[in-house]
Amino acid sequence: MYGKRLRALALTTFAALTLTLVLAFFWAPNDANQGFLQKIFYLHVPLAIVTLCGFVYGGVAAIMHLRTRDSRWDMRSYVAIHLSLVFGVGVLVTGSIWAKGSWGVWWDWSEPTLVSFLLIMLLYATYQPLRFAIEDPERQARYASVFAITAGAFVPINFVIVRLSTAYLHPRVLGDISANLPGRFQVVFYLSLISIALLWITLWRYEMTSKHASAQLRALRRLLAGDEDDALPRRSAVPTLSVSVEGGRAGGTPGVGASR
Amino acid sequence: MIALLEIPLHQAVPYVTAAYTAFFALILIYLAIMAGKLSRIERELGELTELAARRRASGEEPDAP
Amino acid sequence: MSAGAPQNRVVLGALLRKELRVELRSFSAVPAMSLFSVTTFVLFHFALQRNALSDDLASGVLWVTLLFAAVLGINRLFVADAEQGGFDGFLLSPADRSVLLYSKALTLLAYLLVLELVAVPAFALLLLGPALWPALPGLLVVLALGDAGIVVIGTLVGALAVRTSVRDLLGPMISLPLLVPVLLCAARAGAPVLGAGGAGALPLRWLVTLALYDLVFGLITFAVFDFLLED
Repeated sequence: MYGKRLRALALTTFAALTLTLVLAFFWAPNDANQGFLQKIFYLHVPLAIVTLCGFVYGGVAAIMHLRTRDSRWDMRSYVAIHLSLVFGVGVLVTGSIWAKGSWGVWWDWSEPTLVSFLLIMLLYATYQPLRFAIEDPERQARYASVFAITAGAFVPINFVIVRLSTAYLHPRVLGDISANLPGRFQVVFYLSLISIALLWITLWRYEMTSKHASAQLRALRRLLAGDEDDALPRRSAVPTLSVSVEGGRAGGTPGVGASR
Repeated sequence: MIALLEIPLHQAVPYVTAAYTAFFALILIYLAIMAGKLSRIERELGELTELAARRRASGEEPDAP
Repeated sequence: MSAGAPQNRVVLGALLRKELRVELRSFSAVPAMSLFSVTTFVLFHFALQRNALSDDLASGVLWVTLLFAAVLGINRLFVADAEQGGFDGFLLSPADRSVLLYSKALTLLAYLLVLELVAVPAFALLLLGPALWPALPGLLVVLALGDAGIVVIGTLVGALAVRTSVRDLLGPMISLPLLVPVLLCAARAGAPVLGAGGAGALPLRWLVTLALYDLVFGLITFAVFDFLLED
């Protein structure tokens, strides 16, 4: 059951986020170089870190899926990637706004986080089309896992390479903003990191609960409607969980897809 | 190489507001989509309950093949 | 469990000969790739409105062209097998599955080598400012490492995309972001070699990065390739 600790998790996330906001705006001082604009940094960098970890987790879950052939791992991988894509959009948007405020341009090739994120997002944007293009659910899950592993390995490597290339070609006048944070900045930054991570985890569980409920609903429908059910099997990019009839828990065998 | 600008407070506020608003908007849109899925689950559950009730009323067992 | 090495070599030889025969009979990949690269050089001439390129621009144009031509080859790599059941035939045989990976990788490498035999002289003729001959040793090193990267990623993505309904779209879409680091390192490494003031030294940092990238993704491809072949 994915919904069990969801409420506690959500409340903790809300508390952490609120605390972060309060501290960021009322306790942390303004940055000496950037002034008030630096406050975006408490949002942009933790989002980036959490998103990258999310993609890597998607790859790890995919490895587990290939090893155990349990469709639950495929679902975990899918939801992780899906959620990280959403957060990734947030990274690009907040980063772009920050760039506009800091350097007067909406996009800057010398900002390594933005550049590597653009690349990563372009890659992961192909994840759902790939899944959708394969009809057989078992093969879809398998191929998606191979993709998630490759892409998950690409994420950190690409990050490092882009950093290297921009450091070499576009050295920035002022040092890396996220390094060498004094006192209060550091506290708020780590708090923000924890809050955003909690937010990701909460939303992940939320989506897992929703998908699990849909799978159980499908099983129920199959049980009840059986012959009468005229719902056409629809192609879907979403992994299918097979639900065992007796236990009511999502089972291990690869999903069988739609009702008939 | 572009130098970082130190922009005054009143100019920075719109950017900071925009960034945080964009983030919250993103999360809220995500939640809205999830809410849509939830209401679809609720609706289907209602239909299936109805179906089960009909079956029960007409004398069949709900889980007949 | 597969038998010892000799059997693998025999199977590999057989597969490579098959690939050669198929390609010679159908000419489905290499001529198109080569022609495409030459046409692309012409396009670049008109787009950039330059008669001669050197340094960064030359290296970049060369590598972008090679990359796009390579993507055409990646698309074609598994098509014949997917359409005519070649996978099943191989899977039913007692051969070690990684031999298929090696044969496809070597085939793609062969495509790239023939492509470069056409594209590099064409580039020297049409767009390159400085002389090719002094730049050749350095360029060959960069080409070798870049080809390795394209082969490693291309084989994996080719196999991944071929049995989807939109393989011609997905292949490029997935492989190009994965190939950006290869492009980045190869273009940077090649830039001083194609310098206007005469061929400069190869920048070691980009070559090492590229080699490491090739190694890591080579290992990943080797590890996950089997999972694409089941069923």
